Amino acid sequence: MLQGFFQIVLFMVILVAIAPLFGRYMAIVFLGQKTWLDPVITPIERLILNGSGVLSAKSMTGRQYIQAVLISNLMMMVFVLAIFLLQNRLPLNPTELNAPSWDLALHTVISFTTNTDQQHYSGETTYSYFSQMGGLGFLMFTSAATGIAVAIAFIRGLTGKPLGNFYTDLIVSITRILLPISIVGAIALLIAGVPETLAGPAQITTLEGANQTIALGPVAHFEIIKQLGENGGGFFGINSAHPFENPNNFTNLLETIIMLVIPAGLIITYGILADNPKQGWLIFWMVFILYAILIFITAWGEFQGNPLVNNILGESQPNLEGKEVRFGPALTALWAVSTTGTMCGAVNGMHDSLMPTGGFATLSNLFLQIIWGGQGTGTAYLFVFLILTIFLTGLMVGRTPEFLGRKIEKREIVLASIILLVHPIAILIPAAIALAFPETLSGISNPGFHGISQVVYEYASAAANNGSGFEGLLDNTLWWNLSASFSLLAGRYIPIMALIFLADSVARKQPVPETTGTLRTDTPLFTTVTAGAIVILGALTFLPVLALGPVAEAFNLIPTL
Amino acid sequence: MRDFVISLRSIIILWIVTVVIYPVLILAIGQVGFSDQANGSLITNNEGKVVGSAIIGQTFTSEQYFWSRPSSVSYSEGSDASPTGISGASNLAPDNPELLSRIETEAQRLDNEGVKPIADLLYASGSGLDPHISPAAARVQIERIANRRQISPSEIEQLVQQYTEGRFLGIFGEPGVNVLRLNLALDNIS
Repeated sequence: MLQGFFQIVLFMVILVAIAPLFGRYMAIVFLGQKTWLDPVITPIERLILNGSGVLSAKSMTGRQYIQAVLISNLMMMVFVLAIFLLQNRLPLNPTELNAPSWDLALHTVISFTTNTDQQHYSGETTYSYFSQMGGLGFLMFTSAATGIAVAIAFIRGLTGKPLGNFYTDLIVSITRILLPISIVGAIALLIAGVPETLAGPAQITTLEGANQTIALGPVAHFEIIKQLGENGGGFFGINSAHPFENPNNFTNLLETIIMLVIPAGLIITYGILADNPKQGWLIFWMVFILYAILIFITAWGEFQGNPLVNNILGESQPNLEGKEVRFGPALTALWAVSTTGTMCGAVNGMHDSLMPTGGFATLSNLFLQIIWGGQGTGTAYLFVFLILTIFLTGLMVGRTPEFLGRKIEKREIVLASIILLVHPIAILIPAAIALAFPETLSGISNPGFHGISQVVYEYASAAANNGSGFEGLLDNTLWWNLSASFSLLAGRYIPIMALIFLADSVARKQPVPETTGTLRTDTPLFTTVTAGAIVILGALTFLPVLALGPVAEAFNLIPTL
Repeated sequence: MRDFVISLRSIIILWIVTVVIYPVLILAIGQVGFSDQANGSLITNNEGKVVGSAIIGQTFTSEQYFWSRPSSVSYSEGSDASPTGISGASNLAPDNPELLSRIETEAQRLDNEGVKPIADLLYASGSGLDPHISPAAARVQIERIANRRQISPSEIEQLVQQYTEGRFLGIFGEPGVNVLRLNLALDNIS
């Protein structure tokens, strides 16, 4: 157990060393400064910008920006939906898969366009190589880039600058951040054992004479953008637990780090773009502490093991159900908290079989949405929480709330509240409906309190645009595909619209000079108050569900006293 | 309207970049430079016949082999797995009676075979394809295999050590014994 915690601590040291480098690099990219990659990237990028007709594009207003996000995303959905529904007539389909049902295809398209990658299917048995590469792999780049673009527009607005052009930022995010890192990362994964082939599954006779079918595919290039873009949709059904997606502890380390660097680094980027790096660092450490606490809780629970099973064994052994030997309890716990915190949603062990402490931590991540948070949006939400805290503390001490030198007024608070409120609405209402019809709708596969968690988790994962699941849930049904699609869309586009309107409205305000009377937000005290506000707001909204789910389940597991 | 045109143009160009150029580049590097890994790390026996993948587990039930972990998808073997291949976990919650009865039965079976139940031999893996068992789970099986194959336990012990994949950099992850490669090595000495 000690060695396990040592691995976790060392990992966190690596994260703290690497994330700021990414953060500074992203700041350089969006400030338009020179980098050493320019000689290679600039010509290619000009070609793409020119081909898209946005080479000398003007900055957009809030309304134009939102329109661009919605129209481009809608067109991507239609385009990829067509690929799915025609996959039996398209090439690269070695196992001759039929087109998926319309509701599954619709759910998959919405799920991947919203950077969620919730999967109600298994990759190897449902989508052809063409659908995976040409549909899902494409959306993995564009959905991640959409999140980054929105986040950058948001911070530009908050600091009084023009929002920028959506298409330019979308393309630049891909050419300068996502694609270069993916190329290097994919080659590293490939060398470490992740396959990359267009050949169909291998048919093999095992040592004991059984017929084994080994699914293959173009995995390496898909895997890296899955992690880097916080996408999380596995090439294979079982995601990064599959030895072909994550064969050893080098790949596991790489995949864990790479899913954290953009959301963690973006906080530092925000500090730099807001011309207040200290503010960025304070928020970084606040999130880091919450993250560390949740990892500790999860890992501790897994190391204690399942008391009911320990009874049978006659000794205490870690819970290994749904875990791979090579990762063990420590790295599975680390991954589970990282993937739900960052809204990646990939898994290297099954969350459904985690101990209740793990269920509590992963659900809390989905509810709070800011323990690093989604690609771009997570950092934006953190700043929304800062704005709300300024408003709350401003009320307490009787000062006009100001943030980054601009007044926070009614319109901003209304928009911030919308962002905060959409989340519980998109989770709790559909969950209540599903739970009201346990036989026909819910699809619960585990009895008792855990079943409630399964349903709530699925909607929380959809609304938070995470994509992981308590995968025992029987979710490939018309009800689940459509109701989860509602949570996916509401959890993605309503907050994005609110963020852009908020940034637009702040950008139009006159700057207020800072005086001795200004409430400073870049102090440890204010950061602590912000952490308190986040936890209290989250707890007020979701504690009842947590009590009915993982907390009750934990009590249920205590052996009869 | 302008947005539709720009969206369409950027989708086409970004699609070519991320779906054609990027994967083809990685495919070429894989197939030319690292064809073993790129094609699934398949391994062959002494006769040169492919018997599996070095990083995908298999079912072993025979007395003369080391046994793998329980799998919810039978290691993608049999007619259910054909033609696509499958992966999967039990997804049973810790308090699910099904999990407990499955583990109880398996512990009883191992006990009857004279194998001490070790956690990873009872708990089903995440992928259903886990190629490893823990060194402890290998150790408790040595005696059975030594008796069956009439080789000295110390020789098997040596093989187990040889096929134990350690932690990355000695730090990250848990050591695991590659069951297929170990069993293949056993076949090759006797």
